[in-house]
Amino acid sequence: MWASERLRRIVYQLALLLLVAAVAGYAAHNLVHNLQSRSITIGFGYLTQESGFDISEKLVAFDPSHSYARAFFVGLLNTLFVSACAIVVATLLGLAVGIARLSPNWLLRKLATGYVETVRNVPLILQLLMWYGMLTELLPPVAEALHLGPAYLSQRGVTLPWPEAHNGWRAALLGIAAAAIFSLMWSRWTQAVQMRTGKRLPVAWPSLLVFVLLPSIAWAAMGAPTDWSQPVLAGFDFEGGKTVSPEFIALFAGLSIYTAAFIAEIVRGGIQAVPRGQIDAADALGLSRAQRLRLVVLPQALRVIIPPLTSQYLNLTKNSSLAVAIGYPDLVSVSNTSLNQTGQAIEAIALMMAVYLAISLAISGLMNWYNFRVRLVER
Amino acid sequence: MTSTPSTTVRAQRWLRENLFSSPANAATSLLLLALAIWLGSKFFNWAVLNAIWGQAPVTTCNALAGQGACWAVVADKWRQMLFGIYPRDEQWRPMLAVVLFCAVLVLSALRWFWHSRRLAVLWVGGSAVCAWLMAGGLGLASVPTSLWGGLPITLMLAVYGTLLAFPLGIALALGRRSHMPIVRAVSVVYIELVRGVPLVTVLFMASIMFALFMPEGISIDKLLRAQIAIILFNAAYIAEVVRAGLQALPRGQIEAAEALGLGYWQMHRLVVLPQALKVTIPAQVNSFIDNFKDTSLVIIVSIFDFLYAVKQAVVSDLDWRHFFVEGYLFAMAVYWIFCFAMSRYSQWLEKHLSRELRS
Repeated sequence: MWASERLRRIVYQLALLLLVAAVAGYAAHNLVHNLQSRSITIGFGYLTQESGFDISEKLVAFDPSHSYARAFFVGLLNTLFVSACAIVVATLLGLAVGIARLSPNWLLRKLATGYVETVRNVPLILQLLMWYGMLTELLPPVAEALHLGPAYLSQRGVTLPWPEAHNGWRAALLGIAAAAIFSLMWSRWTQAVQMRTGKRLPVAWPSLLVFVLLPSIAWAAMGAPTDWSQPVLAGFDFEGGKTVSPEFIALFAGLSIYTAAFIAEIVRGGIQAVPRGQIDAADALGLSRAQRLRLVVLPQALRVIIPPLTSQYLNLTKNSSLAVAIGYPDLVSVSNTSLNQTGQAIEAIALMMAVYLAISLAISGLMNWYNFRVRLVER
Repeated sequence: MTSTPSTTVRAQRWLRENLFSSPANAATSLLLLALAIWLGSKFFNWAVLNAIWGQAPVTTCNALAGQGACWAVVADKWRQMLFGIYPRDEQWRPMLAVVLFCAVLVLSALRWFWHSRRLAVLWVGGSAVCAWLMAGGLGLASVPTSLWGGLPITLMLAVYGTLLAFPLGIALALGRRSHMPIVRAVSVVYIELVRGVPLVTVLFMASIMFALFMPEGISIDKLLRAQIAIILFNAAYIAEVVRAGLQALPRGQIEAAEALGLGYWQMHRLVVLPQALKVTIPAQVNSFIDNFKDTSLVIIVSIFDFLYAVKQAVVSDLDWRHFFVEGYLFAMAVYWIFCFAMSRYSQWLEKHLSRELRS
């Protein structure tokens, strides 16, 4: 009987199922008992209550009279915002450093290697503490803020002149977005034309033109606002302008610099994975070094680069949770505050984990789709 | 020293090829050189020439006005940074434990020790002695874990966090490749769930939520809870590395084992795992490095690891808190030495093993 493989499989699986159920049941039993004895009621009802705390940085309106749910949403937006900014910069920096690591210039190569080896081997949280410390302790107080062009640098962060709220500026932003879409479509279309006729239409300068023209036209059409809010020192703080907090700068810089070192290694590996014959063929066609990189090497390297790059983006997003160590109000930080206030630890932590899980699944799903599109189509 | 013509010629050729191969290249070289010299000399002046070395009172350091580094903060506080609040008279014990622990790590990196019995003796023996040194008893004054801190904690969390995660990681990897749907589902859900969330949230769970799931009256040491959280977290990552190794194994090996009439367990113990794990050793060392750096996150749930001890030592002392840069640089240097050494070892191993696998 025991020798029958099917039976054995069923028994094994039932045993595992029982084990999982037993552990879960035992934990649930203890939980119910503990919650009763501490008179905590479980549930997400607390989310609609008034939060009673303020959040220093927010992308949408928030004050202590808003609910916990809104606080959570503000934290989530902050997490997404800092991650998105850092992903862009880390990718560009990582690409540059990765290419620099393969440069024929010895000095450039060694400096790039030094950067990667230094940054990669020190814990991110230590780097964040260092940046944050430097920004808040070594910079002068607000009253003696350093004046860098139109910007002020002080312990409170960087204060910049900022356009006054006006539809003209919003239109300009939309113009930039439209320009981005246009240049993407334009470059695709030129590729199609090149495939069909062999003629190569210009890509760089029409795109550039559109990037300048579209926002300017939109801005002018909506009344060409020219009012800038200038930062003015009033008492112990600046009035007007836009202040970027040291917490944000430290987290953004730390995440970008740290992740760029890993991306650089991925880019280097991807470029090195392109067969030598491809480079020789590009040289034989008379392509310049930049053309060779852009048209032959990078497109092929991308196939190798994309999957590990995805996991770096995921790591960066998850690492943004270290914000809690330097006080940037991200998802974890806000959740932590609300769980300390309400005692609803299970709900807060579960919600937090669910959101990260959703972000992770979304990014990896998107990248899988992209990966599927750029896969090698074998004849 | 006189330079023969040939070395001059060679130096010239090297310079031409590596730094001045084209006008653009030459410009880049000069620009970078200027930048490197400018920044390098600034740092050198600050960190070495104008710095204060050895013990010195705070007033001397304040007099520098930021023109030089005050390494006196490290000279003054290195014991607190390395060992936290461990009783001062007994600090030779964590010191010895760290040295011993590193020795065990280095020895297990040697090929001679790559046999299960030798490794077992080394690790069980080493761990027992270290535990005795840290905790006391048998002639040593006993020190409760609440007083442990600093580098021993970091090493402990990292090393046992990987070592004890291994069996679970292997089981999960095998489970994910199993033909039994429930086993596979449980493994996949566990791995993806853990890999989808940041370690910080898992640590929060261990420090805040865990007590709610335990029977009333039973409380588990905070340090141990964090250790368990790190083990469970790492297991998911180790599982994925092992899975890659399993996938790399040629199908013929499994068919050959089946042809010999080996059962599932025998086949895996004797044929599959030894080969699959060997391929993944460099990747495992890399994930150990990540783990080593990640242990510093326990600072968020107030566990006295090395980073927390450094932070406490500099930031909590109002006199010295202006010199946190020096303190953090010291911590960076310590982490860097460990991680850099291990990453070099992993690179060497990769070359070494791939040569061996090819022959």
